[in-house]
Amino acid sequence: MIPEFGHFALILALAMALVQSAAGFARGRHAAAWIALAQPAARAQCLLVAIAFGALVHAFVQNDFSVLYVAQHSNSMLPTVYRVTAVWGGHEGSILLWVLILAGWTLAVSIFSQQQDDATVARVLGVMGLISCGFLLFTLLTSNPFARLLPAAADGQDLTPLLQDPGMVIHPPMLYMGYVGFVVAFAFAVAALIDGRLDASWARWSRPWTTVAWCFLTCGIALGSFWAYYELGWGGWWFWDPVENASLMPWLAGTALMHSLAVTEKRGAFRNWTALLAIVAFALSLLGTFLVRSGVLSSVHAFASDPKRGVFILAFLALVVGGSLALFAWRAPKVGRGAGFDPVSRESMLLANNLLLLVACAAVMLGTLYPLIIDALGLGKLSVGPPYFEAVFVPIMAPALFLMGVGPLARWRRAGLGDLARRLRWALGVSALSAVIAPLALGRWTPLIGFGLMLATWIASTCLVNLASRIRAHPAPGWRARFAAQSGSYYGMLVAHFGVAVFIVGATIVGGYAVERDVRMAPGDTLTLGAYVVRFDGVREQRGPNYVAARGTLDITRNGQPLTVLSPERRLYTASNTPMTETAIYRHFTRDLYVSLGEPLGPNAWSLRVYYKPFVGWIWGGCLLMALGGLLAVLDRRYRALRHTAAAPRPVPLPGDDSIALGLPAVKAARR
Amino acid sequence: MKRTTLPLLVFGVLVAFMAAGLTLRPTEVPSPLVGKAAPPFTLPLLGAPGRTLSASDLRGKVWLLNVWASWCVACRLEHPTVLDAAKSGAVPIYGLNYKDKPADALRWLGRFGDPYVASLSDVDGLVGIDFGVYGVPETFVIDKAGVVRHKVIGPLTPETLRDTVMPLVRRLDG
Repeated sequence: MIPEFGHFALILALAMALVQSAAGFARGRHAAAWIALAQPAARAQCLLVAIAFGALVHAFVQNDFSVLYVAQHSNSMLPTVYRVTAVWGGHEGSILLWVLILAGWTLAVSIFSQQQDDATVARVLGVMGLISCGFLLFTLLTSNPFARLLPAAADGQDLTPLLQDPGMVIHPPMLYMGYVGFVVAFAFAVAALIDGRLDASWARWSRPWTTVAWCFLTCGIALGSFWAYYELGWGGWWFWDPVENASLMPWLAGTALMHSLAVTEKRGAFRNWTALLAIVAFALSLLGTFLVRSGVLSSVHAFASDPKRGVFILAFLALVVGGSLALFAWRAPKVGRGAGFDPVSRESMLLANNLLLLVACAAVMLGTLYPLIIDALGLGKLSVGPPYFEAVFVPIMAPALFLMGVGPLARWRRAGLGDLARRLRWALGVSALSAVIAPLALGRWTPLIGFGLMLATWIASTCLVNLASRIRAHPAPGWRARFAAQSGSYYGMLVAHFGVAVFIVGATIVGGYAVERDVRMAPGDTLTLGAYVVRFDGVREQRGPNYVAARGTLDITRNGQPLTVLSPERRLYTASNTPMTETAIYRHFTRDLYVSLGEPLGPNAWSLRVYYKPFVGWIWGGCLLMALGGLLAVLDRRYRALRHTAAAPRPVPLPGDDSIALGLPAVKAARR
Repeated sequence: MKRTTLPLLVFGVLVAFMAAGLTLRPTEVPSPLVGKAAPPFTLPLLGAPGRTLSASDLRGKVWLLNVWASWCVACRLEHPTVLDAAKSGAVPIYGLNYKDKPADALRWLGRFGDPYVASLSDVDGLVGIDFGVYGVPETFVIDKAGVVRHKVIGPLTPETLRDTVMPLVRRLDG
C-alpha cells in the first residue's frame, strides 16, 4: 500500500510543479494572484516528493520484494544502512533522488529569497518548476520506482557490491547536489533574460547559489575519485571514464561561471557571457544525466535499459537547453556591454581563464562524445582513452593555472605589466627554483614533474604575495585588525586557489613517483619497496553479513621498524555471486601504502598488488580546500548583512544600474 | 547571423549526433564468438544429473541457448517471451542454468514455467565463461554446423525475437 501512496504523491507533486510553473509565467489581470501561488506550490511540491522518496526508502528498509526496483537492488541479508543507500543504487531511484534534490533547491530558493520581490522569485521558481515537471514526467512515464513485481520475489538480487561502501552513501547525493544546484543559477539567468534584467543585482543573487552548488560538486567529484581509488583496487584516482567526465564538464563550466559572476557583479561586464555560462553549466548537468542514464555510451550492464528513456531525456534536453539558448540569442543583443577594460586588466585575465576553462570543457566533451560521433557517422566503434585526455587537458589548463596566479593581483580595468612583473618577481623566482630543486630532492627530475611543481609553487606563492600586499596596504593599525578587515570571500578565494596548488602537487608527485608492483606471494615471502619491506603472512577465511572473504595479512616494516599490519580482502558476495576486492591502505600525510589481494595462484600463493603512492592524499585534500574556499566565500558577511535588511524596504536601484525594469514593483504594490 | 545564435547552432549539431547515437545499440558489442564454432561442452542436465548433453549432440539443427538463473530478476522479465517462443515451436531452446543451485533452479521453473527442451546445469559457471557470458540473461543463436550466429545481451524482448532472432533462425533453417 505504501508504494502506491508514494506513487500517488509523485503524481500530486507533478500537479504542484505545473502550478508552480504556471505561476512563474502568469501575465495579465490575475498575474498577482498567480504570483502569490508560486511559493506555496513550490513548498508543497517539495513535501510531496519527500513523501514519495520516504515511501521508497520504507520499501527498501522493510525488504518489500514485491516492488520490482527493490527486488533488483536489495537483499534481505543487506545491512540496513546499505538498504537505505540502495535506494539510489539503480536508475529509477537515482532519478527520484535527482527530483528530490531539485525540490530541495526549489524549497531553498523559496525560503532564502524573501528579500527579492515576489514577481522575480515567482519567475525563478517557475523556471525551476518546468525542470521539475520534466523530471517528474520522466520518472512517472519511463522510470517508475514503485512498479510492482507480482508474485513477489522470495529474495532480492542484491545491491552491486561495488556500491556497498561508505563512500557510496554520500557520493551520489553530494554529486547531485552540485549537478542539480546549477539549476538555480540557470533559473536566475533565464528569468533575468525573460525580464531583460541582466544587472548587477542578478549577479549578486546568483553568486552564492552558484558557489554552494560548486562546493557540493567539488566534494562529490573528489569523493567519487577517492571511492574509485580504494574500491576498484587499481590505485588510480581518475580514469577519464564517461561517467566521470559527465561530472567534470559541469564543474569546469561552473568554475568559469563563478568567476564570471564576480566580474558581472563588481564591474557590470560580461553580462551576456555570464548568462550563457549559467545556461551552459546546467545544460552540461543535463547532458551528464543523459549520457549516464540513456545508455548511449558503453554501459554494458544497463540491462533492460528502455530506449524510451534516452529519447525522453534527449527531447527534454533539447527543449530546455534549446529553448534557453534561443531565448539567449533573442534577448542578449539588447543587453548593454557594461564597463570597458584594457587588454591587461583583471577582467581580461578572468575572461581568458574563462575561455580556457570552456575550451578544456569542450575538449573533455569531444573526447567523451567522440566514440558516439564516429559510430553515428558509420566509421566504426572505438573508444578514447586517458592518453587523449591527458595530451589535451594538461596543455589547456597550464596557461589557465599560470593566469590564476596573476589575475587576483591585477587591477580592475587597467593593470600595468611592469608593476605586475615587479610584484610577482620573487614568486616567479621561487617557482623556477622549486621546478629544479624539488624533483631532485624527491629523487628524479623529468620535465613534466618540474613543470607541475613549478605551477603549484607559482599558485601558492602568488597567493602569499597577494595576501602580503593586501595586509601591507591596509590602513588599519595592528596586524590583527588588518587581517580581520579582509572579507570572507577574499579568504575564500585564497584558500580555494591554494587548494588548486595542493591538488597539483598531489597529482604531479603521485604521477611521477608512484611505485606499483604486481607480485605473486606465498606465505613468508617478502617484497622490498624503497624503505618498506612487506611480508605476506597468508590468507584466512572470514565471514561477513552477506559475503565470504579471503583475508590476507601483510606485515609492513620501515627501515626494520614494525610499521603496521594490512589486511586486504577478496570478497564473494553470495546473493549475486560477485567477487570484490577490498583494498587495505596505510595512510600518511605524504604517502599511502596500498595493498590489494588478487587471485589465488596455487594452493598458498596469491597475486598481490602493492603500491607506494606518495602525496596521493593531497589530491583530495586540495579538492577539500577548494570546497572550503567556496564555503568561506558564501559565509561572507555581506550576504548575512543583506539578510538582516530583508525586513527593511526594498533597496532603491543603484545609480548606474541600467536594468530594463518591467514595472515589477508596481506588481508588488498591486498585490498589497 | 548574430553572434548570440552561435551557441544554439552548436547545440543543435550536438543534439543531432546524440539523437543518432540513440538509434545505435552500444549493447550490441560484436561478440568475438559470432561466426565461430560454439565452445565444446558436456554438462549434466538440470533435474536429471545422471544424464549429460554435449555440444556435438545438437549438430544438425538450429537452436537457441538461453543463459538464465533463478537469482536473476531480469530473467523473470524475459521469461514470458521465452515461453512464447518455445510454445511457437519454431526453434528448440536450450537453457544454460548459470551459477545456480539446481534445487532453486527447478523450483523457479516449476513456478514460472519451463520453456526449455533441456537445461544444462553449469553450477560453477565454467561453460558460461567459455561462452563469454558477462551478464545474465544472454541468448545465443547456433546453427546446424554448431557455429554461433548471433548473441543477444540482456533480456529478450518480443521485438528482438520478432525482428532479429526469428528471421535469422528461419534463414538458417531454410
